[in-house]
Amino acid sequence: MKSSDTLQSSYDVIVIGAGHNGLAAAAKLAKAGRSVLVLEAAAEPGGALVGREFSPGYRSAGLGHILNRLDAEAARDIGLDLAVGRSLAPTTALDGSGRAVVLRGAYGEEVEGVSAADADAFYRLRKKLIFQAAVLKRFLRRPPPRLDGVSPGDIAGFAAAGLGLLRKGRGEARDFLRMLLMNVADVADEYLADDRLKGLLAFDATLGIHLGPRSPTSLLGLYYRLTGEISGKPGGQIVPEGGMAALAPAFRRAAENAGVTIRCNTPVARVLVDRGRASGVLTEDGTEIAATVIVSAIHPQKTFLDLVDPAESDTGFIRSMRNLRSHGNVARLDLALDRLPTFSGLPADARHGRIVLVRSMEQVETAFNPAKYGEFSPDPVMEITFPSLADPSLAPPGGCTLSALVQYAPYRLKQGWESGKPAFLKILLDTLEQHAPGIGWSIAAADLMTPVDIEREYNLPGGHWHHGELQADHLLVNRPINAASRYATPVEGLYLASAGAHPGGGISALPGWNAARHILAGATP
Amino acid sequence: MTTIFAEGRRAAQTHILTPRLETPFHARLAALDTLNEWYTWSGCKAPHALSDPELEYFAIRSTAALFDISPMVKYRIAGPDAERYLNRLTLRDVRRLAVNRVHYTAWCDDHGHVLDDGTLFRLGETDFRLCCQERHLPWLLDSAFGFSVDIREETEAVAGLALQGPTSFAVLAAAGFGDVQQLKPFDSTTLPHDDVSVTISRTGFTGDLGYELFVPRARALSLWDRLWTAGAAHGIRAIGYDALNQARIEAGFIVANGDFITADGALRADRVRMPDEIGLDWLVDPDKPHFNGRNAILAARRNQTLKNILVGLEIEGNIPAEHALVYHRRKHEAGIVTAGIWSPTAKRNIAIASLERPYGSLYKDDLWVEIYALRELKYQKMMKRAKIVPRPFLRLARRSATPPGLR
Repeated sequence: MKSSDTLQSSYDVIVIGAGHNGLAAAAKLAKAGRSVLVLEAAAEPGGALVGREFSPGYRSAGLGHILNRLDAEAARDIGLDLAVGRSLAPTTALDGSGRAVVLRGAYGEEVEGVSAADADAFYRLRKKLIFQAAVLKRFLRRPPPRLDGVSPGDIAGFAAAGLGLLRKGRGEARDFLRMLLMNVADVADEYLADDRLKGLLAFDATLGIHLGPRSPTSLLGLYYRLTGEISGKPGGQIVPEGGMAALAPAFRRAAENAGVTIRCNTPVARVLVDRGRASGVLTEDGTEIAATVIVSAIHPQKTFLDLVDPAESDTGFIRSMRNLRSHGNVARLDLALDRLPTFSGLPADARHGRIVLVRSMEQVETAFNPAKYGEFSPDPVMEITFPSLADPSLAPPGGCTLSALVQYAPYRLKQGWESGKPAFLKILLDTLEQHAPGIGWSIAAADLMTPVDIEREYNLPGGHWHHGELQADHLLVNRPINAASRYATPVEGLYLASAGAHPGGGISALPGWNAARHILAGATP
Repeated sequence: MTTIFAEGRRAAQTHILTPRLETPFHARLAALDTLNEWYTWSGCKAPHALSDPELEYFAIRSTAALFDISPMVKYRIAGPDAERYLNRLTLRDVRRLAVNRVHYTAWCDDHGHVLDDGTLFRLGETDFRLCCQERHLPWLLDSAFGFSVDIREETEAVAGLALQGPTSFAVLAAAGFGDVQQLKPFDSTTLPHDDVSVTISRTGFTGDLGYELFVPRARALSLWDRLWTAGAAHGIRAIGYDALNQARIEAGFIVANGDFITADGALRADRVRMPDEIGLDWLVDPDKPHFNGRNAILAARRNQTLKNILVGLEIEGNIPAEHALVYHRRKHEAGIVTAGIWSPTAKRNIAIASLERPYGSLYKDDLWVEIYALRELKYQKMMKRAKIVPRPFLRLARRSATPPGLR
């Protein structure tokens, strides 16, 4: 890491936060000839991609499980050196009966474990959803359109989307408009009969979002997932060479190769703003560093409710920012195991993929209900991976790590997480025991991170990895809020570039890369 | 069951039994009232006039008029960040408002549209009172995020009186408030009254010599009686809003939701107004720290997207032109008169009008107003020539003479 002891007193650009979006923005801007300094509060760059030793000899590989939306053009453009050459990873749904459903290829190009009729129904639904997601995908790589004074580019974007929609006839266009804001449960019911498939879609649509499958608009979460692609395959997913732990160093190298200076252990205390113009930052150790462009690649609320003096924003803006819903619902469980566990029904060749423990859509919906009232799910649903399979360095020889993303675990737990955490952990271990009898005996250590822990570990307000709900009212022209939806903000020279900016969370590099391109194009709010 | 339910609901809604509240001075107003002409001002019963609107007007201009301003909405804003908070909230630079001074100001939403105008009293280094027409507590509280400041509504708790007119100082002196002699316009002071104190400022809404007095509600009537007794020899008269309205138009003052629609109250998207569109451009201070609406206001100036303008008009003849349409070259509709009277003191037919630019900004001549006078079930339509003139329409030397005259 290039962290020379003395920093310059001014840079062209200061990026706050060395998450992958911050590093992508920094790399892009540095490649365009700007002098760029990245300030990171944590000890190393990578944000939520950074793993940690959760038990002696056992490491986690960061919050993410798989790569399913890293934008290929952005990655190429910033010089990301990452081997993604392996074949796509499968997804397995396990309902505890020992009868697995396996989605192979890109989001189930082939489905195993269901009847031929059910498989056909799934292919029809998959085709429809991927077609519809492709219409939405057009908006991912550009700033959301302006509502006042639509630009020719915006009109072209809309026109292309409209034509794309009509390409397959009016019937498809009508169906798109019908389905866009539907809930995933109704859509799944229309097409599918198999409970496990419906449960899997329900899980995938709601993971990381405060919605149940029957909540209106819950299909958007699934569309969002399917707007991602890997190796040109929509809905595809992979684990990169070296595992997910390879990501953070790759982004760091890309930034440093572009000439970016990264300074860790340097939290920013204030973004210096006077009468609507940002002029630099003040670090917590009292150093003032000047820059004409400040890119905030951290949570928008942290940016505007804390780092920028609220006196520098208008009341309505602060009001909207405070109303941004950003309370996480997902807990992360890391297990240190002394051997690879056996999940009943899990094919050996699907172990390196994503495993979802879900019985039915009803289970997901019922798991969501308590979350509405500040309680965790007594019968939760979860996604599991074995990170040490791709990266043996994460566990001692012979050992294995299991990582689970579990919902629902509301950030604001009524009983408080202090007493809630051991209770929830017991539920999780019991659930795992049912799916993998005997796993309890092989657990050397279990580490549960609630959204509150995630918030603390990753400086992620609300423990919400999307930096704000991925719902209709916080998307596109309203992400994170309307007055700051085009990377530029009401504060001249201050830009947003985190998952809280368009298009949203996940490891896509798009918020950062888009923001940087927008800045280079002479961004206007 | 339905009946029981309805009765239960009625019982739980006692507030509807008093749809109009009485002000702390109501007993005195009611005793003087002969017309029974009341209207609602911020939920309170307030008089259009008490006995004779014409005599009440001339009390303002010739002797001393006593006007109950208790329904005016009042907020107390205090705390270490009060100055910084108000500086972000309002258009003028609060750092330049000294203790025991008052200034007229306005505040806007994010889009630079005026939410209200009002007066800001600096009662202490960290203690302010904001007086205005409409209620704003949610906005004020939301604006407090990030500031150490305490905001409370004190409209009901604090009674207010305006004492206006050439003998108003004489009345105060006779009542034992002679210390107000040294007050210049927009100064304020605190003097003892009974066991409490009364805040007296040299402010008002008449363009005349005058004062405003604020006192805790419980001492309202004793303050009224003290002024009333002292004022007997100085022609004191209680007045209603009709008289005050004439005086304020002469003084060129605008009234929220009279001369412009407040941003929170406007139902139609084009009815909101920026400060520059209602003659308040002089309040906007681009050099002070950030304030609500700053970006929008400066952008509108830069991009010349301001749509309206507020002007003073002098109209030929003597027929008041209230709510008359304004035309350019007798043909093109240019705007509307928001307030208009025959001024008894200036002896001119005056009006405040909201014009759509470029009328009033670029095209200032050849303006006309179309007055419809309803005379015994027949409209008499008049096209009268109007001329843009500066406000105020009336300038009185006694308004600012210090020490103030006694009559």
